[in-house]
Amino acid sequence: MEKQSKKSNRLAVLTNGLLHENPSLRLVLGTCPTLAITTSVFNSLGMGLAATFVLIGSNMAVSACRKLIPDKVRIPAFITIIAGFVTVVMMLVQAFVPDLYDALGVYLPLIVVNCISLGRAEMFASKNPVIESALDGLGMGIGFTLTLTVMGFVRELLGAGTVLGFQVLPAKIEPFSILVSPPGGFFVFGVLMAVAIWLDQRKGKTVNADPEAAGCAGCANSTLCHGEGGKV
Amino acid sequence: MAAKLAFIFFSMILTNNYVLVKFLGICPFLGVSKKLDSAIGMSAAVTFVMVVATAATWPIYTNLLEPQGLGYLQTIVFILVIAILVQLLEIVMKRFMPPLYNALGIYLPLITTNCTILGVTILNIDNGYNYAESLVCALGAGVGFMLAMVMFSGVRRRLEEARPPKPFEGLPITLVAASIVSLSFTGFGGLIEKIFGM
Repeated sequence: MEKQSKKSNRLAVLTNGLLHENPSLRLVLGTCPTLAITTSVFNSLGMGLAATFVLIGSNMAVSACRKLIPDKVRIPAFITIIAGFVTVVMMLVQAFVPDLYDALGVYLPLIVVNCISLGRAEMFASKNPVIESALDGLGMGIGFTLTLTVMGFVRELLGAGTVLGFQVLPAKIEPFSILVSPPGGFFVFGVLMAVAIWLDQRKGKTVNADPEAAGCAGCANSTLCHGEGGKV
Repeated sequence: MAAKLAFIFFSMILTNNYVLVKFLGICPFLGVSKKLDSAIGMSAAVTFVMVVATAATWPIYTNLLEPQGLGYLQTIVFILVIAILVQLLEIVMKRFMPPLYNALGIYLPLITTNCTILGVTILNIDNGYNYAESLVCALGAGVGFMLAMVMFSGVRRRLEEARPPKPFEGLPITLVAASIVSLSFTGFGGLIEKIFGM
């Protein structure tokens, strides 16, 4: 009986990141790569998988060291652990998928300061055992990858008329190239987030989408500044 | 030389604006842009740390990591240097410049994990800029960040009185507004290149 409840608990941890606490649309973490690299499905998938690998690795490492790290230096310690995994991912991607390495550019090393990896280290891995933390990293990573891929799909299909580089829309239809440019990123993300909120509201849930709350409470640093980042 | 520096400075503000064109530092852009004074405080702190961080990381990479063939350690070393630097700045400011600390201090802990800082230090190396060019690039990036924050805090004030459809309330409509602000910046494309003939 106890074993079963533990199992279902682990399943809940895994699925948490997919919908209920989807990192991009719900927790509003990791906005920068979500907006910047989702110009095509290929880039989105690559970024998502790279971030998932980092998340699982860093979550496990942080969780394993959680009793050794003094509270005062925990943020620098977490960042160093994450940076180690990011370096591993960078070298792997550069060696095996050089096209992706060029496409992601500076956003690959920036996974270090991506609020998702630091946020999960702070909010979950530093308080939970290793296996749960690994599952949380996997769930969050898949949720992030899914959101990125949906964004990439919409922007590539409507903005360039292709999916994964294959022509899908008839060539006669002029693509809305604005969608693959920076303003399109903001726009598609805003609309996608509104759709997610609408789905939840239809179920009768109240959704707090106040940007101030999202920008601060979801941020790993909110424990440092006590959520008073911008409120003087 | 001067023309090149001016070109870098102005293109960082207008055509390569970090927030609106390169999508770096979106979190503070959305989170701290509600009030004008906190927008200015945050971006002043970001600009300051950007220049100091570039001043510290560029020599470390060029004189220490690159000659030793340790370029792959760039990410780890840079983020550690930035974290230490921010902590140090906080202590020094608290001790010697209390008025400045009171104005910018609360934003400093937020800055370590701000992707604009790590972004500008890495991009300076990637672009092969020399020391002076890197510093000017960092300054331009900071000023561009401030321009975007200040402009957007004005838009946000108007947005608060608007009544969008229910699912769009809060963050979604803010993002759509950001899209329109970003659209206005695409109008600068090619302008700086033409002026400086590059």
